[in-house]
Parts: sequence; structure tokens; C-alpha cells
Amino acid sequence: MFETAMTWNDLMFMLRGAGVTLWITAIAVAGGTALGIVFGVARSALSPWVTWPLAFVLDVLRSVPLLIQLVLANSFQAIAGLGWSPFVTSCVVLALYTAALCTEVVRGAILSVPETTRRAARSLGMTWAQDQTQIVFPMALRVGLPSWINLTLGVMKDSALVLWLGIIELLRASQILVTRLQEPMFILLVAGAIYFLISFPVARFGERLEKRWRAHD
Amino acid sequence: MIEIEKVYKSFGKLDVLKGVDLTVARGEVVSIIGGSGSGKSTLLTCINGLEPIQSGRILIDGTDVHARSTDLNKLRRKVGIVFQQFNAFPHLTVLDNVTLAPRKVLGMSRAEAEEIAVKQLRHVGLADKLKVYPSRLSGGQQQRMAIARALAMSPQYMLFDEVTSALDPLLVGEVLDTLKMLAEEGMTMICVTHEMTFARDVSQRVAFFHQGILAEIGPPDQIFGAPQHPETQKFLSNVR
Repeated sequence: MFETAMTWNDLMFMLRGAGVTLWITAIAVAGGTALGIVFGVARSALSPWVTWPLAFVLDVLRSVPLLIQLVLANSFQAIAGLGWSPFVTSCVVLALYTAALCTEVVRGAILSVPETTRRAARSLGMTWAQDQTQIVFPMALRVGLPSWINLTLGVMKDSALVLWLGIIELLRASQILVTRLQEPMFILLVAGAIYFLISFPVARFGERLEKRWRAHD
Repeated sequence: MIEIEKVYKSFGKLDVLKGVDLTVARGEVVSIIGGSGSGKSTLLTCINGLEPIQSGRILIDGTDVHARSTDLNKLRRKVGIVFQQFNAFPHLTVLDNVTLAPRKVLGMSRAEAEEIAVKQLRHVGLADKLKVYPSRLSGGQQQRMAIARALAMSPQYMLFDEVTSALDPLLVGEVLDTLKMLAEEGMTMICVTHEMTFARDVSQRVAFFHQGILAEIGPPDQIFGAPQHPETQKFLSNVR
């Protein structure tokens, strides 16, 4: 018969960690998506000559491993005397990282809207902004959603790296329990199951939206 | 009235229109024929300001289309255009495709816009497709929807850019019938077309474009019966 030293309190400890993971992910994805939309629209609408500094910064954020960004940002905020807590630093870094990835998702989705369709909208007297909100965004959303869901799930898993700043999220909570209880297999299995339970509804939500939209195609 | 005066248009080093003059009066139907690359379609996109021009000018009821002071969004309400590709808005139903611009551009209420949209869709024979998404329509139906969408803005001029070129031959007729109906109702129309029978039967004047120049223009009988320009003769002997 299977036995474990893990108690309900330990499980609650892990779930509290999962709550932190969810919080950080939600803030990072919300902030990163908002920025990503602004940057993506700018990159698709403006000349590359204007947006190259932005493109360069986003390239750096996409290329440098997240762990390095977290550690560097934490050091810099201390040097600069910003007084950010590890939680705030983590949210800012993850949001910028998400924004860098989301910008490309948005840009690609916008570019997938045929130029001729946009022309038709403008020829009806719609302004640039009306064309963007009424035609481009709804059409681009259908193209970009699967990538955005992937991005969100990826960021949730990447958020585990904030444990390096001393934040006790799901993975760190599991590590602490592993050290104490010496049951790595079982505890990591529970942690994996919790990650899955968080991701699954997001993935299913995306699938349902896609299915609903596909009914029109 | 649409007045086109000495219009030059180039894409980079490629000269597409080389000094085109053409005047289209209210209620007139002018067909533009010519080989591909002769500048016919470009002229239409210049007329409603979708493309800038290098020199010359285009006046619509006296308003200079390419003047800096001209509000193009406002001007375009007057000038409808239908393209070769149907350009349906795929995420909207047929009814919403047609009501979108009247609501957003003209500021109509949904009820007002729907009343007009239903009228226009009935006009083009799509009254039974209101709640359908464009992907469920045939090419001909999508093109008729695009026509209804343009008409819902109550334009005074309609530009048709090879609207039957992307259609299955079996579906060409239904779209041409719609254009004929509009012509009979007195709509001012400029139709770029490869349908010679349509050009002959429906238009008051036919213009032949060749390499960015309006080579010849006249009543259909003259253009099809006794073309003067050697290029017109060559073109028509090829398409017949």
C-alpha cells in the first residue's frame, strides 16, 4: 500500500505556491499582452526605420535567457534604488519577456489579414482606426489565438524561474517539501498535476473559441 | 461628375498611367477595356484615392481627390468600389458585412442600417442569406454581397474593377445582371471589364486603355464596330 509523509498542510503549502504562480502569470500575461498589442500594431503599421530601436530591444528580450534577465533586473533595481520587491521585479521582467514574444504573435496575425480586405474596408469610408478595430483585430485574433495560448502556457511554466529571486511559487514550494520529506517522485508528480490542472482549462478555452470560429469558415 | 485630367501614376520606376484624361457625367456608364497591365484597375483605385498620383488631378463633383485638404473618408462615401477579389469580411454575417460601414461611418443605428442592408441585399437577390457567413456563399453570391455592401452607403458613383474575373463562368451572369440592373436605374458607373458583351450592351461609352494611355474612347458601336486605333483593332480581334 502506498504511504506518504505528505500532509494536508503540505498540500495547502503547494497550492499557495500555485496561487503565486497563477498571480505572476496572470499579471505578466495581461501586461505583456497589452504591451505586445501596442508594439505589434506599431511594428505592422509603421516603417521599419521608425521601429528598429523597438525591434532591437524586443530581440534582446527574446534572445537572452529569462533566468539571466531576472537576476540582472533584480540586481539593477537594487543598484538603482528602486526598492522593488522580488515579486514586482518578477512581474516586470516576465511581462516584458511576454511582450517581446507577444509582439511577434500580434504582428504576424495582423500581416495575415489580406491587404485587399483592408482596402475594401477603407474604400467604404472607414478610417484607419475603424479598419483596425472592426476588420483587422477580429480577423487577426482568429489567426493569433493558438500562438497566444501557447505563449501563455509557456510563460506559466517559465514563471517557475522566479524562485531564483526567492519567491515561493509552485516549483519552489515543491522543492522545499522534497528536501524535507525526501519523496521527490511523489511531490513532483503532485506539482506536475497542479501545473496540468492550471493549464488545461486555458488550453480547452482556446480550443473552444477556435472551434466556434471555425464554424464560420 | 468625375473629371480625370492628365493623370500620371507610377509604381517606382514603372509608369502605369501616362497622362489619362476622361470625364464621366452623372448617370453615365463607361466601360474600360484593354490588356492586362494597361492601367485600367489602377485608374479606379486612383479615383477613390486608395492610390496617390504623381501629377494631374481627379475631381469628383469638383472636389480634388488628391488634395491635402480633402477628407478621403468622407469622399469615399460618395464613390463605391467593388474589386475583383470579393473581399468579404469573413468574421461577419452577410447582414453585418453590409451594415458595418453605414453604422460606423455614417453613424446609423443598427435598425436603420439593417433596413437599408436588407433592401440592398434583396436588390441583389440575397435576401435569404442574411444570417449566413460569407464562407457559405458561392463566389457570385459573395460578389453580389460586396456590391450590396457598397450600395448600402448610397454612393453616387460606382467603380467596378473586373468584378467577374475571379468567378466561375457559370456565376458571371448573375453578377453582370446585377450591374445591368444598376445601370438601368441610372447609377453612374465606371466598369473595368473583360466582358465585351457587357461593355457593348450596357455602357454608353467604351474606353480602350493601352500601356497607360487612353488610346480610344467612343460609343460601343464605334469601338466594337469601327475601331480607329490600331491597338484597339488588335485587342478586339484577339478577344473575339
